[in-house]
Amino acid sequence: MWDYTERVKELFLHPKNAGEVENPDGTGEVGSIACGDALKLTLKVDRTTNRILDARFQTFGCASAIASSSALTEIIKGKTVDEALQITNQDIAEYLGGLPKEKMHCSVMGREALEAAIANYKGEPLPREKQDIVCHCFEVTGEKIRQVALENRLTTVEEVTDFTKAGGGCGACIPDIEKILATLWETSPVQLEPQKPKRLTNLQKIALIQDVIEKEIRPRLQADGGDLELVDVDGPRVVVALRAMCASCHMADVTVAGIQEKLRELVSEDLVVESA
Amino acid sequence: MTGKTIYLDNNATTAVAPEVLEEMLPYLKDAYGNPSSMHTFGGRLHKKLDEARERVAALIHAEPEEIVFTSCGTESDNTAIMSALESWPTRRHVVTTRVEHPAVLNFGKHLARKGYRVTFLPVDSLGRLDLDAFHAALDEDVAVVSIMYANNETGVFFPVELLGQTLRTRDIVFHTDTVQAVGKIPIDVRRLPVDMVSISGHKLHAPKGVGALYVRKGTRFSPYIIGGHQEHSRRGGTENLASIIGFGKACELAGHHLHQEQTEVAALRDRLESELVRDCPGAAVIGDTSRRLPNTSNIGFEFVEGEAILLRLDEYGICASSGSACTSGSLEPSHVLRAMGVPFTRMHGSVRLSLSRYTTEAEIDQVIGVFPGIIRELRALSPYGR
Ligand SMILES: Cc1ncc(COP(=O)(O)O)c(C=O)c1O
Repeated sequence: MWDYTERVKELFLHPKNAGEVENPDGTGEVGSIACGDALKLTLKVDRTTNRILDARFQTFGCASAIASSSALTEIIKGKTVDEALQITNQDIAEYLGGLPKEKMHCSVMGREALEAAIANYKGEPLPREKQDIVCHCFEVTGEKIRQVALENRLTTVEEVTDFTKAGGGCGACIPDIEKILATLWETSPVQLEPQKPKRLTNLQKIALIQDVIEKEIRPRLQADGGDLELVDVDGPRVVVALRAMCASCHMADVTVAGIQEKLRELVSEDLVVESA
Repeated sequence: MTGKTIYLDNNATTAVAPEVLEEMLPYLKDAYGNPSSMHTFGGRLHKKLDEARERVAALIHAEPEEIVFTSCGTESDNTAIMSALESWPTRRHVVTTRVEHPAVLNFGKHLARKGYRVTFLPVDSLGRLDLDAFHAALDEDVAVVSIMYANNETGVFFPVELLGQTLRTRDIVFHTDTVQAVGKIPIDVRRLPVDMVSISGHKLHAPKGVGALYVRKGTRFSPYIIGGHQEHSRRGGTENLASIIGFGKACELAGHHLHQEQTEVAALRDRLESELVRDCPGAAVIGDTSRRLPNTSNIGFEFVEGEAILLRLDEYGICASSGSACTSGSLEPSHVLRAMGVPFTRMHGSVRLSLSRYTTEAEIDQVIGVFPGIIRELRALSPYGR
């Protein structure tokens, strides 16, 4: 059971500013039903003073997501949009008397929705649409990881996962997150645990990979109208060709990540899967 | 929190029956001896150990010598699989399913990392085993098949009898995790073609931290916990006597109440489920309702999130559990619901309600009274669907 503050419980049980502003001047939507949390923020803004007259939220998510959304609307009401943009996810968490660290991503979602709503008010393109998605499982951009890591002084991948969810799904992006953190804090990349000595010979490994693909992966792809062929195994590199549905599917990256997860789980943790 | 607790999370753990506690107390106080001792003070306790063994055996129609006491269901599961692997060292293939309890699932993943081949069989959208995949997975290399009797999240049964018949003809060791089934439905090992069966005390009104593994006479066995000669050298460690005595009593009581579990408890569950599905917008039962435990209901509520539902229920003292990502601590929704391909819209809003013979009509009425309001309020907060 999560350790929520009284403030979180109060705002969850009796949320303030739930709903939608009529004819909003700015709308921000973040998250998705697949990730398990989503927030739609609507703002009424005075066009002459740029002051936020009203802010309302609709949230699909857990108690802390609902409380964070409600807190956000309370904080920004009465502020100008530029003042509101100064608000960080930490301000939201502080307003709530703190959040369990696994739930910090709820406050980040609030901050993101705010940015999106204000960009929408100003008629700017969404900053999130820069398309540098690092974590495909939870659609987290590199930009967001850098920003959240800076604001919260995050130095480990684990912390980044707690704050943004990035790296918490298949784990394929963990090396990328490490790189981002290393450049950010200008230190050498975090050392990975030394690889366990592999008991498998190369031939055994290839046979095992083939087996996993045949038994575990292909049947699932075929069920979705797709297919897959093993093209090459070169050291830790596994090259596969996605066929039919999968090749054109915009989820191709996710599929490759999923295959990699499966192979890492069942064959060897150092495998990297690439699509031919 | 107001008023009394309404406990609908009996698949997680159960209340210790008062008769069980009563029976245990002397062995936590004055009768603290060690059953292995030569002196009468300890040695006489061996009789109590035997009695508990007989009671546990009776519930599943086993012989007392076929029961090995363990520390929990997890230990029983690990022991069964490891024993088969040790007994058939040339075989390197383990077959199980994607929806097992972590006690089997994560043990399987661990074995895969150790170089074993592990097949995790898929299930369909109702949680039923893919029988073609089962047959296809069987090869000469299979050391053990471990498939649960009833799923802890959905209550759905696997056709253990049928699977066992196939495995018998192929001479493959078959372990089944009956942790959720024993005490709720009749389990008769004379009829079931299985070699090993896991049971856990705290799911049937005994205390936590005691379990048993049934090992059919003639099955090759290799201990997992190696130490003294306890349990006929099948499980080292001084016996958790008081809990084992309680476990024995709980099994005896469970035997008396089996009929009630399948009639009264099932009727309460059915009413709770059908009224919630009728009164809550966007609600649907998850899993095969025609073949499942009598006490379990798993309902998916569209466009609302499970943790939020649980915390609202908590305000009324109602205890349940959820397969949503936010309740797992791992950011991932339940592996069982994912394996079933439950749509995201429903998976995050899944709630498991699990009853027991202590659940009352009045409690069910209260839950039916407050639940739809909670779902409506949370849906009103949600940006999706109305
Ligand atoms: C199906 C199943 N197997 C095994 C276990 C583990 O039992 P224990 O908690 O006694 O280790 C559980 C309990 O959660 C279970 O539901």
